[in-house]
Amino acid sequence: MEATALGIVIKAIIILAIISAIAGFGTYLERKVLAFMQRRLGPMHVGPYGLLQILADGIKLFTKEDIIPQNANRLIFGIAPAITAATAFIALAGVPVFPDFTIPEFIPLLGGTFVPSVAADINIGILFVLGMMAAGLYGPLLAGMAQANKWGIIGAARTAIQFLSYEVVTGLSILAPIMIVGSLSLVDFNNYSSDHAWLMFTQPVAFVLFLIAGFAETNRTPFDLLEHEAEVVSGYATEYSGMRWGMFFIGEYANMITISILAAVVFMGGYNDLFFLPGWLAVLLKISFVFFFMLWVRAAWPHVRPDQLMWLCWKVLMPIAVINVVVTGIVMMV
Amino acid sequence: MGLEQFKNRNVGTQNYRLLDLGETPKTGFGQFKQVAKRTFKGELFVGLWVTLREMINALFRGEMHTVKYPFEKLPISPRYRAIHDMLRLLESGHYRCIGCGLCEKICISNCIAMETRYDENQRKEVSEYTINFGRCIFCGYCAEVCPELAIVHGPRYENASEQRAGFSLFEDMLTPIDKLNLQQEYDGFGAVTPYADENIKKTPLAY
Ligand code: SF4
Ligand code: SF4
Repeated sequence: MEATALGIVIKAIIILAIISAIAGFGTYLERKVLAFMQRRLGPMHVGPYGLLQILADGIKLFTKEDIIPQNANRLIFGIAPAITAATAFIALAGVPVFPDFTIPEFIPLLGGTFVPSVAADINIGILFVLGMMAAGLYGPLLAGMAQANKWGIIGAARTAIQFLSYEVVTGLSILAPIMIVGSLSLVDFNNYSSDHAWLMFTQPVAFVLFLIAGFAETNRTPFDLLEHEAEVVSGYATEYSGMRWGMFFIGEYANMITISILAAVVFMGGYNDLFFLPGWLAVLLKISFVFFFMLWVRAAWPHVRPDQLMWLCWKVLMPIAVINVVVTGIVMMV
Repeated sequence: MGLEQFKNRNVGTQNYRLLDLGETPKTGFGQFKQVAKRTFKGELFVGLWVTLREMINALFRGEMHTVKYPFEKLPISPRYRAIHDMLRLLESGHYRCIGCGLCEKICISNCIAMETRYDENQRKEVSEYTINFGRCIFCGYCAEVCPELAIVHGPRYENASEQRAGFSLFEDMLTPIDKLNLQQEYDGFGAVTPYADENIKKTPLAY
């Protein structure tokens, strides 16, 4: 069925509402999982099992004083968090978040509207998503440079090197699956894995590389150089407070969700039915697993130094990715 | 035990173990081999397993370490020196203090103030007894010097207050007469902690 403008608008609202809620909920999950892995209880006192903790955090973030440092560039300082949050959500426009559905007829006004799985099923879906997430890195970069703080500058410099390092690996690692599927649209990826083996098994190297680059892209723990408290106070976010700071983190969690969705759709069979599981449940389980894996890694592994990140990306991962692409190409030709 | 035996006791019974750290690679190829070995040895997955195991232990085997402090409290050692208690004689229920004034005298921060008088039986009676907990350093001398085991340290360690000076009167510290059967003797200085044998290792005398 053809997606109407109304359906796309509805989809956009759904994405915005649900993902920002889940992104907030992600902070709760992260604290809980990290706590359990360290044999602690985590947030417990706001609501049952601390479930309302995000509400308390929200109130705190909204009511905190919004400080702009004296020598900061006020305009860029204000825009930077919006870049991170906005690009994270724009990226989500290109990924299939839920299966297609049609709003039942009995609902007035909107009844019968077809809501597509992807808000914008553009034929270069995956490039668009990755490009948007890459553009999101301008947030930390500009924030770090605008705030007139030495830790901010270091955070911005680290953003730049991280950006330069992993972006090559992301692109190259995803190239081999793209060659196999022969399309950049995520819907085609999903359809491909409905009658082939998951790309995770036919392209294990690309999968691992993509996960590593994804961690760097969302600046999660092994590569959380931008704001590592022990070294650079809070990096690019040092001078931020209140909701501006909150926007960075909504952006970060939305990015984590995007990467989880990408991994699930591209490499792990997407939202096709799996054995007895219906498609929507299967994809939710896969996305949750990747999300959980990110938290798990944060609990288990130490983080790397900036120079180690560059070494890893340029000297190890990029050659492997190139070899993987070449080998895939040869296998496809033969 | 002879002197020789005495000097050698408890030496070398610990199993010290040298960690096999291997050699630091010197050549570039050596470094490469080390990287490759470490990459494919799966050490990263050991780390993942350890955290997952702890999560499983915490969630399903009841090994959660959190103590929800204001609602739950850990037992403290009998040697712990917290807010003082005044004990009573178990038989008569009369307070033990005989008004000798030794605690007032020995207190190194001068925070005990007391007044005594003779009662009708010509016994010393405590008419005023106050400890200033803003000054007390919880050294425990008062409890140590007391000939009657009357002033002791209790287990009340939550002594944060809104102002520096905080006074406690004799009646506040005295065991309530209806709780006399719950009164605990203070083991005091040098008392062994419970489970001391499991918790304390002997110090080796020589290496
Ligand atoms: S514990 Fe020390 S400082 Fe405190 S009242 Fe006793 S003797 Fe004085
Ligand atoms: S040392 Fe003991 S008996 Fe003497 S006055 Fe102090 S509390 Fe009473």
